[in-house]
Amino acid sequence: MTASLRLVLVWAALMGLLALTIGASFLPLGPVLPVISYAIAAAKAGLVLWFFMELREEGGLARLAGMAGFIWLAFLLTLLAADLTTR
Amino acid sequence: MSRRTSQDAIPDTREERASYLNAGQGLGSWLLTHDHKRIALLYLISITFFFAVAGCAAALIRADLLTPEADLLSNEGYNRAFSLHGIIMVWFFLIPSIPNVFGNFLIPLMIGARDVAFPRLNLASWYIFMAGGLLTLAIVVMGGVDTGWTFYTPYSSTYSNAYVIGALAAVFISGFSSILTGLNFIVTVHKCRAPGMTWGRLPLFVWSHYATSVIFVLATPVLSITLLLVALERIFGVGIFDPALGGDPLLFQHLFWFYSHPAVYIMVLPAMGVVTELITAAAHKRVFGYWFIAGSSIAIAVIGFLVWGHHMFVAGQSPYASAVFSFLSIVVAVPSAIKVYNWTATLHKGEILLDGPFLFALAFIGLFVVGGLTGLMLAMLAIDVHVHDTYFVVAHFHYIMVGGTVSAFFGALHYWWPKITGRLHSDLWSRVSAILIFGGFNMTFFPQFLLGYEGMPRRYHVYDPSFQVLNVMSSVGASILGLGYLLPLTYLLWSLRYGKPAGPNPWGATGLEWSVASPPPKHNFETIPLVATGPYRYPLEADAPDEGEGEKEAERV
Ligand SMILES: [Cu+2]
Repeated sequence: MTASLRLVLVWAALMGLLALTIGASFLPLGPVLPVISYAIAAAKAGLVLWFFMELREEGGLARLAGMAGFIWLAFLLTLLAADLTTR
Repeated sequence: MSRRTSQDAIPDTREERASYLNAGQGLGSWLLTHDHKRIALLYLISITFFFAVAGCAAALIRADLLTPEADLLSNEGYNRAFSLHGIIMVWFFLIPSIPNVFGNFLIPLMIGARDVAFPRLNLASWYIFMAGGLLTLAIVVMGGVDTGWTFYTPYSSTYSNAYVIGALAAVFISGFSSILTGLNFIVTVHKCRAPGMTWGRLPLFVWSHYATSVIFVLATPVLSITLLLVALERIFGVGIFDPALGGDPLLFQHLFWFYSHPAVYIMVLPAMGVVTELITAAAHKRVFGYWFIAGSSIAIAVIGFLVWGHHMFVAGQSPYASAVFSFLSIVVAVPSAIKVYNWTATLHKGEILLDGPFLFALAFIGLFVVGGLTGLMLAMLAIDVHVHDTYFVVAHFHYIMVGGTVSAFFGALHYWWPKITGRLHSDLWSRVSAILIFGGFNMTFFPQFLLGYEGMPRRYHVYDPSFQVLNVMSSVGASILGLGYLLPLTYLLWSLRYGKPAGPNPWGATGLEWSVASPPPKHNFETIPLVATGPYRYPLEADAPDEGEGEKEAERV
């Protein structure tokens, strides 16, 4: 697969995910909707990191650095949830 | 030879004639420099200025608190004075103080590199910092802010009539400076180490700055976004924090402290790195428990992110979450305690030289222990309910930030001054100022523990007359403290002109920074050193007489 074809495919996938987000917002999903939207957003961020930011070609250290932000976001969300869900 | 200017002084070595200080003349050579050492000096001058501005605000506060009535400042004026003091001290002095001055100057020297990984980014970070700082000053001139340094909603987002947006913007801008510096240090430590400088041979100063940089990079963006959200709510009425608009009133505190508790470690981890260097140099002994000190820096950087809820015990946070945060806050004390025990063990049976830098390091340890132990008290749910938002909290964090960080900053300034300027300063006067600062500090802030325990709330300038004696003590102590801070300015500047040439290693210390001339040449090392041993290989002379270099050795008793 050529590099430009790969970029186009990833772009198409991102557009597809965008369409999914918009589509989901019209469905009667109730409280599940944010969960689905965040999952789709995470998938999009993952694609951007892996292909556009070229983490796929990097070694373990750069991947770890790329992941660190998400690990810390998990810290934030977990302990936020500890408050929100038990208030 | 004449000694008209500091740079004109008698060159005692060949290297001194061509140092980074005279490698280019004129303002342009400083303002456009890529040299990490010159950028460090730009930071030193600018943060000293901000320290003075915020110190003046503190003087106003302490003068107003001399009497129980509001006789110096109006209510508005008092709110603006403590907000200004907090905002400038935290973001324009404490956070950049040790990392941006001494980290910048020393990390490349300590790891055997010619500069940081991204020299231009380093300079950009200083300009961004100055933009934020000058915007803050502009806001002060226009009338200031009254939200406190914490910008709590809904006051900041809805009610305050002051220049909140401008202050938010200033802090937002300065955040990018922190992020870029952190990024620069991380890449520098990973990529620019001299051959043989393995992770296990890094000076512990570098480890603590590495841990600090991780916090810079991971915490600061959260603050930036949070401040942006406050601005969004204030300007456009987007409901994020205001429950009337569908927001969560506690969300601001969660997000703010997710940055601001780790920010305490941004202030104190570099100070711990400084103290480790000062203690080993003064004791002339190998450090006790290298990996424990290095590992505890990393542990603090990680666990420090998990404790922020201890600021919200009485804010309406769920009691279950509070219990978790209370437990984690006690856990984060463990790595700090490890460091204190290791410093003490390093001093055990050392050949201790009671010089100025060592006294500052001792002051750090003592004051940090008091600040840390009262922090444990505040982490207890029941005690916190009693003393929350009182002067007990104010005293606690000043013991950490002023007693700890500022003492270490002055210790670092005295210890590396001969390296930075090539001049020796007066050891007698440095000891005097260390003692003045220690005494003045305790007299200022110890009474505040008592005030808080008896129930005097923070951020009020009208108080019950029964609190006056302790408040007067505190204000008198603050004057002594102020003198203690002014004193080094005089003899350090004096030494620039009249101080004896320092020679490469005036303290007889280990470390690559002491192997080059003082002040160092423009590119630090003529040939990149090959590192074959670990750090802190004391005693220098007894082990290898041919490596001996410290004239000071003869004076040791
Ligand atoms: Cu905290």
